[in-house]
Amino acid sequence: MVLETQARPAGAHASAHDHAPQSFLRRYVFSLDHKVIGLQYILTAMFMALIGGGLSALIRYQVAWPEKAVVSPETYLSVVTMHGTIMVFFVVSLALVSGFGNFLIPLQIGARDMAYPLLNALSYWTIVPGCLLMILAFFVEGGAAAAGWTAYPPLSALAEAVPGSGLGQTLWLLAMALFIASFTMGGLNYITTILNCRAKGMGLLRMPLSVWMFFVSAILGVLAFPPLTAAALMLLGDRHLGTSFFLPGGMVFGEEVLAHEGGTPLLFQHLFWFLGHPEVYVIVLPAIGIAFDVIATYARRPPFGYRMSVWATLLIAFLSMIVWGHHMYVSGMNPLVGEYFSIATVSITAPFSILGVNLLASLWRGKIRFTTAMVFALGIISVIGLGGLGGLYLGTSTSDIYFHDSYFVVGHFHLMIGVVTLMGTYAACYHWFPKMFGRAMNERLGYLHFALTYVPMMAVFVLMHYQGLSGMLRRYYDHSIYDFQTVGRELSKPISYWAFAAFAGQFVFLANFLWSALRGRKVGSNPWEATSMEWNTESPAPHGNFGAADPVAVRGPYDYAPEGSSKEYAPQWTQ
Amino acid sequence: MSPAPSGRPADPPVSTASGLAKPLAALFVAMTILVAYGFWAKGRLPELASQHGKYIDNTIYYLLVATGLLFLAGHAVLTWFVLRYAGANDSGSPHAGAKLEKRWALVPVLVMCVVAEGGVLGIGLPAFAEVYGEPAADAVTVEVVGKQFEWIVRYPGPDGVFGAVDHTLVHDVRNPVGLDKKDPASKDDIVLRGQLTLPVGRQVVIRLRALDVIHSFTVPQFRVKQDLIPGFLGRTQFVPTKVGQYELACAELCGLGHYRMRGFVNIKEEAEFQQWLSEEEPWF
Repeated sequence: MVLETQARPAGAHASAHDHAPQSFLRRYVFSLDHKVIGLQYILTAMFMALIGGGLSALIRYQVAWPEKAVVSPETYLSVVTMHGTIMVFFVVSLALVSGFGNFLIPLQIGARDMAYPLLNALSYWTIVPGCLLMILAFFVEGGAAAAGWTAYPPLSALAEAVPGSGLGQTLWLLAMALFIASFTMGGLNYITTILNCRAKGMGLLRMPLSVWMFFVSAILGVLAFPPLTAAALMLLGDRHLGTSFFLPGGMVFGEEVLAHEGGTPLLFQHLFWFLGHPEVYVIVLPAIGIAFDVIATYARRPPFGYRMSVWATLLIAFLSMIVWGHHMYVSGMNPLVGEYFSIATVSITAPFSILGVNLLASLWRGKIRFTTAMVFALGIISVIGLGGLGGLYLGTSTSDIYFHDSYFVVGHFHLMIGVVTLMGTYAACYHWFPKMFGRAMNERLGYLHFALTYVPMMAVFVLMHYQGLSGMLRRYYDHSIYDFQTVGRELSKPISYWAFAAFAGQFVFLANFLWSALRGRKVGSNPWEATSMEWNTESPAPHGNFGAADPVAVRGPYDYAPEGSSKEYAPQWTQ
Repeated sequence: MSPAPSGRPADPPVSTASGLAKPLAALFVAMTILVAYGFWAKGRLPELASQHGKYIDNTIYYLLVATGLLFLAGHAVLTWFVLRYAGANDSGSPHAGAKLEKRWALVPVLVMCVVAEGGVLGIGLPAFAEVYGEPAADAVTVEVVGKQFEWIVRYPGPDGVFGAVDHTLVHDVRNPVGLDKKDPASKDDIVLRGQLTLPVGRQVVIRLRALDVIHSFTVPQFRVKQDLIPGFLGRTQFVPTKVGQYELACAELCGLGHYRMRGFVNIKEEAEFQQWLSEEEPWF
């Protein structure tokens, strides 16, 4: 056994592969293995995605055919709220950050497990009751939370304001608290693991960009989530303990003046967006990191500007924490403060465009292999271009006066935190599937899945930009009573048809995933001829990840077309 | 090549599937053209009816052109690379060197600083003076109160002073904004439901109050949107430039009737407005 130069926590037992748990329960259910936990997250997210996706179909049905009134106005608001919450926190964050983060980080840095395997399992088993509470909320009196995924008080604080703000909102807050607890445990584990458990020779600048992005995302999450926890607790206090953190005096419902006094709803908005904006980068950055890994592998060249990408990511992370006010330009914010937020917000486009240019330039002089994972990664470049540029309209405080709360916003953020993150998750799934199951996913079905994802989703969210330009407002149960929204409404039915197609297309993936896990083509340890550390082990990766000898990194993670060598590629683990 | 550590047989060579390059490039080209055409054809804002709105429109049209060009350029390069380097064997060394990589990091930074900050500061900022500046001396001041799911409008009456309000006095029918009779300034206040009448060509200052939850005052043709926050006295101002009737909508989710919280803004000629105002009865 090679002696470690770095301290390894007892949990990351170096010889774990010798005594892998044997019972079914310990192996597949209450496992401490990061790969099993990662898969558990991914499967949980898939299940939640069926619910969140189904809700989006319901939204599209109501918006396009309001005369059929498929749901009541109060149910519609619950559906919109729960769709947003489930998709952002219980699907994308879960699958991409918790799922693939867990699965990939130890494998890619040459560790045998997370630094704290028990904490890791605890973080998964914390999110399970969170998911159950979210689902349970649909079945309580008043229905699920209905104040939007942003849960602005007073609407979210008072059952008088909207029926969903009864027990449904309480369950929402509790589920969110569980999510945050789980995510914080996961984030601390990622940070510790990356800092302490890297294989010998795996310097920070020898980590793949995916690990870098998971690292930065974890730091952001740990810094940004606690204020929302505080906000959730204060909101619970306002709802149940008679406090008035977010509730001012003089609120009137049905001729009754409420007893609350002295608080302000704006405090909640600040706390929410102090989390909410970094959260965008918490989930978008890992998708970009995955795109870098995938593109390097299939373009057969190192990513363009590795170091610049790392610096740009750190800068993005810093800036993302000081721009939350751009969600509040029209809340009555001092215009000078608004102007500061505007300048800071659009300055993010500078480092962000470095990432975009580097992704694009990573194709330059490559030898592109069009696997499904690669096609999804190329799709990410396309969507990031469109979605990123759309952000300028909203970050600029002057134009945001017009676009705020319009469908332009809906189109924009779905492109970034919906389509980019989803396509990142899919790229990761097709690329690393062999490490999960020892089999490859079906490529033909994969291409079909790409077409049924990229085309309809682009159609849906680009058309929403046009609706926003025409002035159409979001979160409306029925737009038909307004003359000014008739222009936008013309697009509602086409959007819905495309949305149904996109939803249906995801079942191609689901079928491919299940079928390939059981019956897919068996592959060896390094089927894609990749260079980073996770391909230096069997497929599927065994308990303890690597064989008896600890892996050693002797070069960077992307030595494709190595300089001064006739080899096509040089793996990180070989001389 | 490295030996596979597992006992499994080596994998067959990875398919380059470079036949996909053309369909994929075609997909990117088609999508780019459709998106660009869509913004060209559908990227129309509603007819403008306020003075400051032209600054907002200029900002938006500037961004449409600037980001549109960047979008086209990015997708052109993406498409070109996909075609050029599909399974290529003649690409040359892909190692760019640290210097070139740094230089290429500087390019997007400079471009985005000019495009983005230029938009915010050069084109966006001039709108501020009109949207947020000190109101003109002859401005008309009106109060708009938001409640679930209705707009209530209050004019100060001939004395030009808004009377005191007390929310314990709010009654849906008898006293919708809670006017306090004890204040003499309240006596001549005019209170109307759902109809905001204003003169054309004069600055209008709207005082914004909410009785229950957050609402947002928006008239798309005026390019105006401002939240009404309970506990705050908000403000927005604009100069209507066209006579006519416009819809007033709520932009901030305020409950199950959010979608039907419709009001109207009637813009009249100055003389007509004065005539109308003089004929309105005070609430009490």
